[in-house]
Amino acid sequence: MGDFRTPLARVRGLGSAKSGTGHFIAQRVSAIALVVLMPLFLVMLAKHAGSGYEAAAAFVGSPLGAILTLLAMTAALYHMRLGLQVVVEDYIYKPGTKAALLILNTFVAAGLWIAVLYSVLALAR
Amino acid sequence: MVQLTLPKNSQVKKGKAWPKPEGAKNTRAFKVYRYDPDTGENPRWDTYEVDMDRCGPMVLDALFFIKNEIDSTLAFRRSCREGICGSCSMNIGGRNTIACTAAIDDYKGSVTISPLPHQPVIKDLVPDLTNFYAQLTSIKPFLQTTTPTPQGEWRQSIEDREKLDGLYECILCASCSTACPSYWWNSDKYLGPAALLQAYRWIADSRDEATGERLDDLEDPFKLYRCHTILNCTNVCPKGLNPAKAIGHIKELLVERQG
Repeated sequence: MGDFRTPLARVRGLGSAKSGTGHFIAQRVSAIALVVLMPLFLVMLAKHAGSGYEAAAAFVGSPLGAILTLLAMTAALYHMRLGLQVVVEDYIYKPGTKAALLILNTFVAAGLWIAVLYSVLALAR
Repeated sequence: MVQLTLPKNSQVKKGKAWPKPEGAKNTRAFKVYRYDPDTGENPRWDTYEVDMDRCGPMVLDALFFIKNEIDSTLAFRRSCREGICGSCSMNIGGRNTIACTAAIDDYKGSVTISPLPHQPVIKDLVPDLTNFYAQLTSIKPFLQTTTPTPQGEWRQSIEDREKLDGLYECILCASCSTACPSYWWNSDKYLGPAALLQAYRWIADSRDEATGERLDDLEDPFKLYRCHTILNCTNVCPKGLNPAKAIGHIKELLVERQG
């Protein structure tokens, strides 16, 4: 069946979603958090590289190590979830595939976050 | 939709190499995209030798030379030949620009000319910009007011008028929008840099009373937020404008009104 809508009707489509600014702000705020957290987190990782399981586990379980790990990984996974959403929206056109990937993106990010949470809490003293 | 390769019937084949004009001593080669919808054949690259001693300095002059002296079937849009109408926009040497202000001397070797990328081609260098123009219409590029029209003109301070500099000069050649990958993939929903620059031109106008409604209409993950600030638009604009900056200002205002 042909599309007899006028070009303007096609461009206007379903109208504006009146959203997107929240996503825009969240992506930038999580980026700011990562600028601060990631260097600290990486320095911490480097410091404990080769120190053995016991010492590393003890550090991640300590108040400073646990809080820093949780903050860094929360910001990273949230930022990743937002960023991958944009990638999917940019490149995946097929409605069903797109919806499935967007849902998968949320599930994977949430799953990873819960795994981090569980791991750190299990080590926390 | 993301398409990294051309569909079979759009793949550009090797075309004809046209003979040198008789008696020409100083020639430049122009490799030009040709497509004729009437033959049903694939597009092809034709090569023309332009006699530079009898041709003006701009790429548009070379196209005129080809059309007048070598091959009258070549189709391209042009009107003002001085960078104000935006008709002769095309991809020259891999970069979108307007042929009338592009100097042949600025290109090395043979000059490759193709239509604006990722638009349907009507014939040769003439793209179908229906969607582009509809997008401009959709942002309502005119003054919107509710207050009754004053006896004289709508007044504006010199400072407020200056805010429109760098916005009103756009000639709607579509070089920027068709240089934007986000526009290539999602031009059915993303408005693209040219329409968004014009949207901001009216948002920034102190005389306009529909600023909020204009922002409402743009606040959308696709219409506006497909811009990821890669600056291809600003990079190619033949008028030296900065659509990316205008889009940035729209995003700023949307954040500002959140509180």
